[in-house]
Amino acid sequence: MTVMNMIQAINSAHDVMMARDDTVIAMGEDVGFFGGVFRATEHLQKKYGSNRCFDTPISENGIIGTAIGMAAYGLKPVAEIQFADYIYPAFDQLVSEAARMRYRTAGEWNLSLTVRSPYGGGIFGGQTHSQSPESLFAHVAGLKTVIPSNPYDAKGLLIAAIEDPDPVLFFEPKRIYNGPFDGFFDRPVTPWAKHPKAEVPEGHYTVPLGKAAVVREGEAVTVIAYGTMVHVVLATIEAEGIDAEVIDLRTILPIDMDTIEESVKKTGRCVVVHEATRTGGFGGELSALVQERCFYHLEAPVERATGFDTPYPHSLEWAYFPGPIRIGTAIKKALEV
Amino acid sequence: MTSDIERPNRPALSLHVPEPNARPGDEIDFSHIVIPAAGSVRKPDVSASPAETHELVYSLVRVLDDDGNAVGMWDPRLDPDQLRRIYRDMVVVRIFDDRMYRAQRQGKTSFYMKSTGEEAVAVAAAHALDREDMTFPTYRQQGILVARGYPLRDMMCQVYSNRADPLKGRQLPIMYSSRDYGFFTISGNLATQYPQAVGWAMASAIRGDSRIASAYIGDGSTAEGDFHAAVTFAGVYRAPVILNIVNNQWAISSFSGIAGGDLTTFAARAVGYGIAGLRVDGNDPLAVFAATRWAADRARLNLGPTLIEMFTYRVEGHSTSDDPSAYRPKNAGAAWPLGDPIARLKQHLVVLGEWDDAREADLLETVEAEVRAAQREAEKQGTLVTSSIEFPQDVTTMFEDVFEQMPWHLREQQAQMVAELEAKRK
Repeated sequence: MTVMNMIQAINSAHDVMMARDDTVIAMGEDVGFFGGVFRATEHLQKKYGSNRCFDTPISENGIIGTAIGMAAYGLKPVAEIQFADYIYPAFDQLVSEAARMRYRTAGEWNLSLTVRSPYGGGIFGGQTHSQSPESLFAHVAGLKTVIPSNPYDAKGLLIAAIEDPDPVLFFEPKRIYNGPFDGFFDRPVTPWAKHPKAEVPEGHYTVPLGKAAVVREGEAVTVIAYGTMVHVVLATIEAEGIDAEVIDLRTILPIDMDTIEESVKKTGRCVVVHEATRTGGFGGELSALVQERCFYHLEAPVERATGFDTPYPHSLEWAYFPGPIRIGTAIKKALEV
Repeated sequence: MTSDIERPNRPALSLHVPEPNARPGDEIDFSHIVIPAAGSVRKPDVSASPAETHELVYSLVRVLDDDGNAVGMWDPRLDPDQLRRIYRDMVVVRIFDDRMYRAQRQGKTSFYMKSTGEEAVAVAAAHALDREDMTFPTYRQQGILVARGYPLRDMMCQVYSNRADPLKGRQLPIMYSSRDYGFFTISGNLATQYPQAVGWAMASAIRGDSRIASAYIGDGSTAEGDFHAAVTFAGVYRAPVILNIVNNQWAISSFSGIAGGDLTTFAARAVGYGIAGLRVDGNDPLAVFAATRWAADRARLNLGPTLIEMFTYRVEGHSTSDDPSAYRPKNAGAAWPLGDPIARLKQHLVVLGEWDDAREADLLETVEAEVRAAQREAEKQGTLVTSSIEFPQDVTTMFEDVFEQMPWHLREQQAQMVAELEAKRK
């Protein structure tokens, strides 16, 4: 076991897989010699050569389009989109091509393709370095979407994604790359070193896709979150003294409904939290599923605490970000009924 | 909307919207097409620098002259047996297209697309590639499958979306896919296959393989961003790929000028990207073969991609859903000054003394019978069902292959669908 931050864990997942399987390659803007703008692919080009870790032109449709061709050949590309905000030029390749390759060829071609992308806000990145577009991909038949919340899960989920025979979108909440940010922006940030999930095995292991984790057991209310929001939720309930059960979804699609149902049927209350904009967000899907499956166990309407339906503002970030006040208010509302 | 600010002495701006030189009712006019004499274009050495090819992008590689002789440096000097195989495959494609077009008109399927006049672009190119090379076609290169010996019956089963459809009824007719025959799955989203072909070729290079990729795109969809991405990546990584632009002059109803075809040649795109480029008479099977082989040889020598404009003409409508008489003069295809690829190769074979009327009659009879027999076999497996829930496929397969493992939400929806159909049957 070694203490790793998220970046080191993600780098280690690449390293482990590139050493084990010479069909695994890493590609993207600045990922080669420099090792990526967040350094997630640092040292890989030196270790595995420029044929297996290389820079690409600034062309997201080109990155994903060529990665699809490589996966069709039989490689397992791990393609980095430098910021999730830049993924839209590749949307057609992901939605119309990657997602449907297995289906439209009746299983003749499958794509073992991983698309990594730093995502989410809290870093004063403005509207082009802060977005959380997961629901756009969760809506597409044939794509899996994964969002880790800690170094241990990040490495295990990324290895599982690389080994998965289908395309996986792997969104990395960049606000927690270096520490489990809890939403209290006016308090000092704790590094990962003090967090139990920063203990990461150096070798190969997986965290299964499609399995949520109950990160805190509780009786009063179920709070479903993922990514950065897991830490914000935990800090919020601690500050408010609420005995909430907190589920870290980890994989957005396929959804682990068993874990959610079991928890909501126990607590009778549910709050869904995400950083992404509210309308049409993934919280709507979660809320609908909980309502459909747990209606007779619910004591109160399912609440949502999310980003607002505006573009991500720069200077007003802490008014936009779903922090402890918004989340605390939603939880208390779910408890009041 | 006018501005209050005075801007004297400035002419009013006007927008240029390109128009073809003939619309329905006009005389067909191909006088603007510049046709260099066959054999007049030099052939660079296979190891030439890209720049040494760049004057060729404004010319036209042609081998067959008007009298059916193969002339000049680009003559691939194929033996008569190979010429006859190319000829036969093109004839198969045309007869196949005619029968499937009629099958669509008879209501046996929803949709069809012919490749009339463009058979050489697919067939002769496939003959110039290795069988193991991967092709990334558009919907008008069915000739590649034919040239590689894919069973006609299986193509028809796909067109009919029937019980034996290899793609289980999931794809629109003619959107074939065959990994074993080096024919990448066709997408209806145009240009997406172009960067994929480059990626496949990059992978082949990464693995030290010797196979190359050959990609196809239409003149119209060169306007897509994927075209730019693909050619950029191909050039940057010197990918072993042939980038064919099939300029058949028409993107449904939009003439090639709407894609920038009036401004320069499509082959000239190669100049800006610094890769090798050729402009080829796509209705000359020998020129198509020679250019493809030249580009393939370069790719195999790690000399990188070649962009080839296959200059041809879409003789028929875009698809069975299209009526070209609504936007261009009738019978424009018959007036195309570069002729018909099948007629031209036949003329060449006759000139060589390798073909005659008896052999032609025999071939047509054999191929007609072969296509008819394939159609009979295909129709035994059913044709498209559009007004019944007695589907050709096991309906539960609808939920397979979304992922390798079916997640719970798809299992639930599958059960829901089965229940719906049971309710309907009651």
